[in-house]
Amino acid sequence: MTATALKPRGAPGDVLAVIALSAVGLVWSLCAAAFADDGPFRIHAYVIMAASIASLVACVAGLADGRFVNRPDRYADDVIRAGVFASLFWGVVGMLVGVIIACQLAWPDLFYFPSAGWLNFGRLRPVHTSGVVFAFGGNVLLATSFYVVQRTCRARLFGGIAPWFVFWGYQLFIVLAASGYVMGITQGKEYAEPEWYTDIWLTIVWVIYLLVFLGTIWKRKEPHIYVANWFYLAFIVTIAVLHITNNLAVPISPFSSKSYDIFAGVQDALTQWWYGHNAVGFFLTAAFLAIMYYFIPKRAERPIYSYRLSIVHFWALIFIYIWAGPHHLHYTALPQWAQTLGMTFSVMLWMPSWGGMINGLMTLSGAWDKLRTDPVLRMLVAAVAFYGMATFEGPVMSIREVNALSHYTDWTIGHVHSGALGWVGFISFGAIYCMVPWLWKKQRMYSNALIEWHFWISTIGILLYITSMWVSGIMEGLMWREYTPQGFLAHTFVETVAAKHVEYVVRMAGGLMYLSGVLLMIYNVWRTIRGDAPEEVATSDLAYPANAVAAE
Amino acid sequence: MSERERDDHSGVETTGHEWDGIKELDNPLPRWWLIVWYACIAFAIVYWVLFPAWPTLNGYTPGILGQSDRVNVANDMKALEAQRGAEGVMLEKASLEQIEKTPNLQAFAMAEGQAIFGNNCAPCHGAGGTGGKGYANLRDDVWLWGGQLADIEQTLKYGIRSGHPLARMSMMPSFGRDGLLKPQEVNDLTEYVVFLSHRAANSAAVARAAPIFAAQCAACHGPEGKGNQAVGAPNLTDSDWLYGSDRKSIHDQIWAAKGGVMPAWIDRLTPAQIKAVAVYVHVNSGGSGQATPVAEAAAPATDNTAAATPAAQ
Repeated sequence: MTATALKPRGAPGDVLAVIALSAVGLVWSLCAAAFADDGPFRIHAYVIMAASIASLVACVAGLADGRFVNRPDRYADDVIRAGVFASLFWGVVGMLVGVIIACQLAWPDLFYFPSAGWLNFGRLRPVHTSGVVFAFGGNVLLATSFYVVQRTCRARLFGGIAPWFVFWGYQLFIVLAASGYVMGITQGKEYAEPEWYTDIWLTIVWVIYLLVFLGTIWKRKEPHIYVANWFYLAFIVTIAVLHITNNLAVPISPFSSKSYDIFAGVQDALTQWWYGHNAVGFFLTAAFLAIMYYFIPKRAERPIYSYRLSIVHFWALIFIYIWAGPHHLHYTALPQWAQTLGMTFSVMLWMPSWGGMINGLMTLSGAWDKLRTDPVLRMLVAAVAFYGMATFEGPVMSIREVNALSHYTDWTIGHVHSGALGWVGFISFGAIYCMVPWLWKKQRMYSNALIEWHFWISTIGILLYITSMWVSGIMEGLMWREYTPQGFLAHTFVETVAAKHVEYVVRMAGGLMYLSGVLLMIYNVWRTIRGDAPEEVATSDLAYPANAVAAE
Repeated sequence: MSERERDDHSGVETTGHEWDGIKELDNPLPRWWLIVWYACIAFAIVYWVLFPAWPTLNGYTPGILGQSDRVNVANDMKALEAQRGAEGVMLEKASLEQIEKTPNLQAFAMAEGQAIFGNNCAPCHGAGGTGGKGYANLRDDVWLWGGQLADIEQTLKYGIRSGHPLARMSMMPSFGRDGLLKPQEVNDLTEYVVFLSHRAANSAAVARAAPIFAAQCAACHGPEGKGNQAVGAPNLTDSDWLYGSDRKSIHDQIWAAKGGVMPAWIDRLTPAQIKAVAVYVHVNSGGSGQATPVAEAAAPATDNTAAATPAAQ
């Protein structure tokens, strides 16, 4: 690194922009706290005030001691390290709440306190879904996308401190969303629960994220754009479009947490599920395929199987996915023709989804033997296998006749979790296990055995989870549709709930095992970062027994 | 950088691209993958031809099968009606007494009533109809608002304190909270109610409370505390309690009265369905439906609050 590269930049534009934005946030939050229509909104105003002050202090202090130095010859990895920590933290929070609400479903009295509304299932459930999807998954995507785009472009992240703004801005979004849920602030739209001001904030953060990503690609020193970056870019652009459209709403006052959607009725439902399905398609599928496209060939040390398959399945996936949302609204007020289109596009989506699976699995060709010894690679490959299973199950469930049985049942929950735990979770864990030694300049992870334990305990947990949900889902679907010979419903609704008790206990156990695996990973990551990884065992015949004796 | 090389393992050429050590093979699209994809697309196209699919300027392509969810649902409902047979039709016309006396009609009404009760009434009254604290037990023959078939149907249709103009309506005053009586008077009345239900009570308090009861309570509960179904005032001399039989529960009710709400079902269930539920509830209650409560000795011990027995108080 040269001396000029280390020269402090004075007060650069990116820092000034963050200072200006923080000042706006401070003024706005002061007004909001003063004039708030409701208590939870006032609490959020204080949260935003605290964040604005923290941001101002950090910027001014950074400027004062010349911390914002331009080092174009170095990758910006600090923000990625922070992203790894945030992923692990939110992963535990989201999954722990998942186990808690699984307990509430199995034993409804367990955490029921009439005076503590925030502990109710209805409040905690979005904390779980947003916690694992947006907080855990989102931080994994921030961290890996920043890692991958720099390496595959051979360029430092664009935008000075903008990546840090994206990171902290996203954490603020998570805090506002989750604390809002428990206080009862919600739009009542699945996976889009946060209210208007939190949505506006996420939009600002997301646009900066897009600019950082595009700017880095613009600066690249490689002639071509790597396939992983296509997927990341599709994810960032599409999520922006989905988020803005589905959250178009008018607040009842500038100082209230309540708003009304501009869409109503079936239009609202269709917009919501266009959003909801493509949150799955572009957040949980396309973006995590980007992780696969970088980390599997890196870890397996093999070339990607087929460039042509990458191109065809990428464009087919993003073109077809966007039309499949109506399959969430079969046999509803949605016109039948729209249901037909949702279903048929879902069926046509099957092979484009599997293109990614084929490219991931076939990249292993020539390296299959590594699966025996490397649990990280096994985790990445198991993720792809679960991806293949979930993306087959999805089109099957989108067929109207199948959906007539599966809709509203636990089968849907099982399907989501085979994708979420198997695909999203495992590909994320695999990427973290790869990145931690790379980022902290270690030879390897602290303990391979712990990764083995993580792999097996989580795999068994997933299998318990999805099989119990298949059983309970199909059972309740059959019970709902059963009539007595006289032509009356054979089962009351509460009977179908009571019938699922055992499956709910098994599901809770599966989730608990999965969470335990993550705790093992956190311990492993912590020991690795601390530098506790033992040196590679020397193959010398002499040293090992001598040490063993000495230790006695 | 763009040198194509041959991969040693597969013998396939790379594209010549490389990013951070990652290369790409130039394999063609897997043939089976392409064939299955084309098959899926063909399936979709056939489906579009057969079923309603694409929107047009003034409607949508209906599909050559002429299939319609709306028509299917209507047909299913007709089939269900046919399955329910003659009894289903007769239930609409027959009177409640006729339904209960005609064995096949009664059996039909019981089957229908059970299904409706399970999904609509059980959330409050319990799966077996035995109620709970604040929710009346429907399996005994003790009634707040009358237990004849017509009374039950009336309650079902319009509810209790439901806001419907014809709802059964009454409101016990909150004597303590609203300052109508002094705390000591409420305490004395509590003893008096205990005394009314034939349990050991403080005789001095009972004596003090007797005139208060006559002035404040007798109008609804009657001079002897036997209740009045016209205003939903419970009989205080039996052992059937909606909000609990122990002194604290009685005191709480006199101090700040609770009055439960039952919804009006007239807009949610059909007249025939309401009849079925009325018969179902009447038959399950034992069905005597006396206008006056049955003698206390005959009444089952059904303290809904499952509190300790009065003897233990």
